[in-house]
Amino acid sequence: MRRLLKGGRVIDPAQALDGAFDVLIEDGRIAQVARDLPVNGRSDLEVIDVPAGCVVAPGFVDMHVHLREPGFEHKETIATGAAAAVGGGFTAVACMPNTNPINDNATVTKFIIEKAAQANLARVYPIAAVSIESRGEQLSEIGELRAAGCVALSDDGRPVATAQLMRRALEYATMFGMPVIDHCEDRSLAGDGVAHEGYQASLLGLRGIPAAAEEIMVERDVVLAGLTGGAFHVAHMSVRGSLRAVRDGKARGITVTCEVAPHHFILDDERLASPVSYDTNCKMNPPLREAADRDAMLQGLRDGSIDAIATDHAPHHYDEKKVEFDRAPFGIVGLETAVSLCLDRLVRTGFISLKRLVELLSTNPARILGVPGGSLTPGGPADITIIAPHLPVTIDAARFRSRSRNTPFDGWRLMGGVAATIVGGATKFRNPQVAWSTR
Amino acid sequence: MKATSATATAARSRAGGPPSDGPKTTRLRGKDLLGISQLSPEEIVLILDTADAMKEIGARPIKKVPTLRGKTVVNLFFEPSTRTRTSFEIAEKRLSADTLNIASATSSVVKGETLADTALNIMAMAPDLIVLRHAASGAADFLARICRAGIINAGDGAHEHPTQALLDAFTIREHKGGLSRLKVAIVGDLLHSRVLRSNVQLLTKLGADVWVCGPPTMMPPGIERLGVTKTTSIDAAVEGADVIMMLRIQLERMEGAFFPSFREYFAVFGLTPDRVARAQPDVIIMHPGPMNRGVEIASEVADGPYSVILEQVTNGVAVRMAVLYLLAGGIEA
Repeated sequence: MRRLLKGGRVIDPAQALDGAFDVLIEDGRIAQVARDLPVNGRSDLEVIDVPAGCVVAPGFVDMHVHLREPGFEHKETIATGAAAAVGGGFTAVACMPNTNPINDNATVTKFIIEKAAQANLARVYPIAAVSIESRGEQLSEIGELRAAGCVALSDDGRPVATAQLMRRALEYATMFGMPVIDHCEDRSLAGDGVAHEGYQASLLGLRGIPAAAEEIMVERDVVLAGLTGGAFHVAHMSVRGSLRAVRDGKARGITVTCEVAPHHFILDDERLASPVSYDTNCKMNPPLREAADRDAMLQGLRDGSIDAIATDHAPHHYDEKKVEFDRAPFGIVGLETAVSLCLDRLVRTGFISLKRLVELLSTNPARILGVPGGSLTPGGPADITIIAPHLPVTIDAARFRSRSRNTPFDGWRLMGGVAATIVGGATKFRNPQVAWSTR
Repeated sequence: MKATSATATAARSRAGGPPSDGPKTTRLRGKDLLGISQLSPEEIVLILDTADAMKEIGARPIKKVPTLRGKTVVNLFFEPSTRTRTSFEIAEKRLSADTLNIASATSSVVKGETLADTALNIMAMAPDLIVLRHAASGAADFLARICRAGIINAGDGAHEHPTQALLDAFTIREHKGGLSRLKVAIVGDLLHSRVLRSNVQLLTKLGADVWVCGPPTMMPPGIERLGVTKTTSIDAAVEGADVIMMLRIQLERMEGAFFPSFREYFAVFGLTPDRVARAQPDVIIMHPGPMNRGVEIASEVADGPYSVILEQVTNGVAVRMAVLYLLAGGIEA
């Protein structure tokens, strides 16, 4: 089976490609990327004309999602999460282990991989718990989890509890080349906070989570990564102090990478007051920070000190969010809004280039996780995201493929969207809003 | 003291509000009273002026008028409260409203029902107003979005307690004629206090010079952006003050976490006769209650000649009558 993507602008930072190229797919793999590949003479060739203005990129990888299965299938399942992923332009996702039971053993890992294979949509890479039941006490059987298919380690939802455990995890994981992804939060400082500690929380009477709660843990983990030579990745970074710590670590040659979620570079804590006060779809952890932090995240995206954009897709049932702010669970969905938000807020504005966006959404997350993809190099998987940077898009939560609708972006009008998502050479999503022609 | 029309007029003329005789209003804009933050200075003055008239009703032998006859008011209290709930209930009864009290211990909440479901079930019985007290900040905003009835916030978490601030302002106005340019010192647990947040917003809207004082551990970040002077010195706060407002320390969770001991707290922040002597000779001392004698306030001060703490309670009824009247009228219109 051969398919030819004809006529698009191909951007592949890994190969330093940016221009009009055709992409030939054979048996689910990239066969060739070249100008003006011939279309005739082969009857088994399916030609897909890439619509004008669209960009062909290596498949986007969301390295931080919560698929909720097993255990919380009323929020999301692996199938609905994978559908949301391809609908949002992601060919692969890495799912956090805080399910029930927690993914701290190969049985759960195999279950996730099996469910993802049945869904046959996006690739799903399980992330294993650092510690048994993420309790922060005893290391999980990391070797077995690796063999079963886990690509990284995290106790996400909570921080790696102690410096000693983090040290051991970083050291041990070097053997398998796995990064340790930490939800950086000093719990003693964060307490039972529900919002960023600052003027808005003061005014609204919400208990604060200080920026220092995150910054201190990032600093700790950078030091430990330096000590051990392990690979430390900062999950959902939100404050400028953390970014400074990451920059310092990188400058010292320490293996530290970081991701930021779209809500942390687009929204700030003023959203808690208006337009809807105490909107539980603006409650996430880390919380929406103040404007200076949001702006620092933007700068980090531009100057290269932030490696990846990840959504921290955190579906919750509407019943769970339709409560008092204090009682609502943390988190918002992100898979089906991220690409449009990035195109509109980062690329349309000229703040970053399309090439840089592809690095943030594909090249870098694939590299950090050590998974296939992230490039259109011949021989690699034909995981491709085709984006339409000029497509007008209105976010409509009611139409999400995800089982949950908890987003603060519902109704937003944005410029830029996903045209198609191709996984292993097969089209898993094709946007009917885009003008496709058929031969 | 009986409020004559002459004193009420005098009070109005000095009631603050920008700049002197600002534009008058005759109704509130919203269906709800969720916080002082939503009120304009003119609306605040309207409520205080209305309360003047309401206070007169409380001084009559027959303390009842038919104003809210046929209106149903539900008092929905999810937190223990004696003073506020009683005050609202008396205010409702003096206006002849049909009232119904639901307290958390007797409600379906103990059966696991959500606030939204409780509210929707109450709404199905078509009350006109719901008075809500709840431990979660934003609970009143939340209810106002899903209910057609007017919502009166009787205290939500650490957010707002607007009728407390209104009755405090009413009390100050009775004594001082107005609020503009008065030095008001608010001392105590600023971090967890909804009374503080409502009072700071109301007092600054009416032109008072507001000082807030407490331990740095209980100072809400960014509070100075509300236009107040913050200090950790109670002596500086009360120096030349016209009004001293003491805030309650929550005994059950403060000691050891935010300051070392109640003994030390009283030594550093307690209001003693010596400290009162630094204030204006006609200073008034206020407290929203319930008081912790010997923790934030010395008994000699609480029971002394400058204390207006029980007047605050009396005025609470009049102010709540005014709010109920203005909001119920707004629904009808």
